Amino acid sequence: MSRLAKPRKPSAGEEKMSEAPLYADRVRVYPRAVHGPARTFKWAVLVICLAVYYALPWIRWDRGPGRASQAVLLDLQNERFYFFNLEFWPQDIYYLTGALILGAVSLFLVTSLAGRVWCGYACPQTVWTDLFMWVEQRIEGDRNARMRRDQGPASFDKAWRKVAKHAVWLGVAFWTGGAWIMYYADAPTVTRAFWTGQASSAVYGFAFLFTATTYVLAGWAREQVCTYMCPWPRFQAAMLDEQSFIVTYQGWRGEPRGHGKRDAAAEKKLGDCVDCRACVNVCPTGIDIRDGVQLECINCGLCVDACNEIMVRTGQPKWLITWDTLARQKARAEGRREPIRLLRARTVIYVAALLLAGTVMGVALATRAHIELSVQHDRAPLFVKVRDGALRNGYTVKIVNKTHEAADFALSLQGLEAAGMAVAEENDARMPILTLTAEADSVGTFRVLVFGQPARLVDGSQDITFTLRNAATGEQTSYRSVFMGPGGRAGR
Amino acid sequence: MPTKIEKDSISGQDTTGHEWDGLKELNTPLPKWWLYTLYATCVWAVVWCVLYPSVPGISGYFPGVLGASTRVQVTNDVKALAAQRAVTMDKLTATPIAEVRQDPQLMAVATTAGRIAFANNCQPCHGPSGEGRPGYPALAGDAWIWGGKLADLQQTITYGIRSGHPDARVSQMPRFGADGILKPEEIAQVADYVMTLYGKGTAGADMAKGRAIYGENCAACHGDNGEGKRDVGAPALKGAVHLYGDSRETVRAQIANPRQGVMPNWNQRLDEATIKSLALYVHSLGGGE
Repeated sequence: MSRLAKPRKPSAGEEKMSEAPLYADRVRVYPRAVHGPARTFKWAVLVICLAVYYALPWIRWDRGPGRASQAVLLDLQNERFYFFNLEFWPQDIYYLTGALILGAVSLFLVTSLAGRVWCGYACPQTVWTDLFMWVEQRIEGDRNARMRRDQGPASFDKAWRKVAKHAVWLGVAFWTGGAWIMYYADAPTVTRAFWTGQASSAVYGFAFLFTATTYVLAGWAREQVCTYMCPWPRFQAAMLDEQSFIVTYQGWRGEPRGHGKRDAAAEKKLGDCVDCRACVNVCPTGIDIRDGVQLECINCGLCVDACNEIMVRTGQPKWLITWDTLARQKARAEGRREPIRLLRARTVIYVAALLLAGTVMGVALATRAHIELSVQHDRAPLFVKVRDGALRNGYTVKIVNKTHEAADFALSLQGLEAAGMAVAEENDARMPILTLTAEADSVGTFRVLVFGQPARLVDGSQDITFTLRNAATGEQTSYRSVFMGPGGRAGR
Repeated sequence: MPTKIEKDSISGQDTTGHEWDGLKELNTPLPKWWLYTLYATCVWAVVWCVLYPSVPGISGYFPGVLGASTRVQVTNDVKALAAQRAVTMDKLTATPIAEVRQDPQLMAVATTAGRIAFANNCQPCHGPSGEGRPGYPALAGDAWIWGGKLADLQQTITYGIRSGHPDARVSQMPRFGADGILKPEEIAQVADYVMTLYGKGTAGADMAKGRAIYGENCAACHGDNGEGKRDVGAPALKGAVHLYGDSRETVRAQIANPRQGVMPNWNQRLDEATIKSLALYVHSLGGGE
């Protein structure tokens, strides 16, 4: 009784936990500029990615008069996607599945071979963050200058630099958001409409949205996007193994770390690492690579460049931080040599999956049809008996004409006895072959009445096949459907 | 029960003063926000009862000072909807039915309105998609007793069949059995003959008598070969579709004591635009002429 009435006193640990904040404060990262092969490669990828992104909508592509003349255009309004000489309809959306599979498996393969190089070099978040950091460094100076100014009092120098930086950031962000909308509308047209106030509210809305997200994500959020928002770092561990080439601190060589190497190296038995923290200072995500593989590491290799600079200066061999595999590092530490193993079960599987998906996609693209047929049987009535004793079934026939000319299509029917067809409300005579006209680049919908005297009804239905043939090109396709009559389950 | 209100040392609240086997209960007052919300809902309820229909009486109810009524609201909504549709429906009324099909927009409105009006008014007898049932003609088929042209359909829907309206379509088949015009064996003979018209006759039987009886009694309306006559509403006997069935029993019954189906005159209930829409919709089911 008294035990229940007494309040439980929280233990010391619990008290401490209840006082701890739910969210860790962000430690601001001030990356220092660095030079070296990794940095050069990162700049090259950045320039290529940005050039492609900004320039692609302006590439023209002649598709004939009156048709979209943009090489890459996602025309949502007219339900067409254009990629150079390829043209996709909403019905082709499964190609998107293929593209996503290819993209995902490529990512898995590259990650299992060389770690998160996507994150380090090609991810838009990395590219734009890098670009924004470059702007920041041009205006506010390098790491130490920035830190000093941020901690110092408000001054004119601080104010104009901050204003200038954010102005340039917003400019770049706006350019980015503006380029985005050009993928969804003809670039010159939408640009003119944008500046003359003629564009739709959707254009302004999306331009603003992508300006805002670029500014916030690349200017302010930066490495927090990778650490907290992006799901990829959370499951990338499943792609990596001990044979993946990743940015690695060679601990067996560097430890124990310490200063004063030249004087007292021998007696202190220090490793090559002089503990200068150059690798930490250049890291865009603000981590210490010497702690080993970690979630925040985007494998960009800037710490490699930074460490090499120091190693050269201290007169030691380069590549204390390098790209290597965990297995080889372990062997090195034990004084063994371990071969590079690129062929592993997972890489073989990824390559096989890539080849398979690529082949399927390639074949599907190469043999893409310009004609499509879909036939839907009437839900009710399933069949109607007409005066001369025949049965009549109604169908909704849709003809997809992907060619750029209006075309006559011949619709014929196989598998039904005494068959005849008519277009409802158009012709009364029953014909063996219907001629249906579909406009260029569009879908024609027809209600087709099929008359016949089915002789092979099973459970009230019999399989029939519609065949559609483009009279001009000879391309044809078919669609399996059913003809229904009495004796079905519903009739029992 | 002894009441000893004491202060609880931990929470600082009074207890209720009751004790059950050592268990005491805190007398924590209701939160103020909760209490005031309760008071507010009480006030709200009183105001509501004054403003809106609330207190039931013996033969009615207190309607509330605002005079709100959901029935009035619905009636107004229906009126507003009709006003909204008036332009199109007036156009539909003014356009001759054959010309409606020339105007795709008007036609789209008409077939939609027709589909809904059909579901509301016609489908109990003719089936949800016009497939018909014994005694109720299939409208999706092509066997028409009074004609399947748009004008025929409009007329039939407007005035009905044997509906009592002066302009209704009326046909009267004599009760050959019930009124003693034919003897039972004669009815059986003519029934067997009629069945040969649509290929269900008894093979090898002597049809001479049946044919003779048919010629004297039936051919005037149903035609020499059972092709029917639409201007008198005599159904075709020779086709594959029969309103009341094609078995020997149903044919004999229909000759002896015919069923005379009735279709209401819908002009008593539907406006002209709706009737036109219905005719266009029925025509589009597949059997229109």
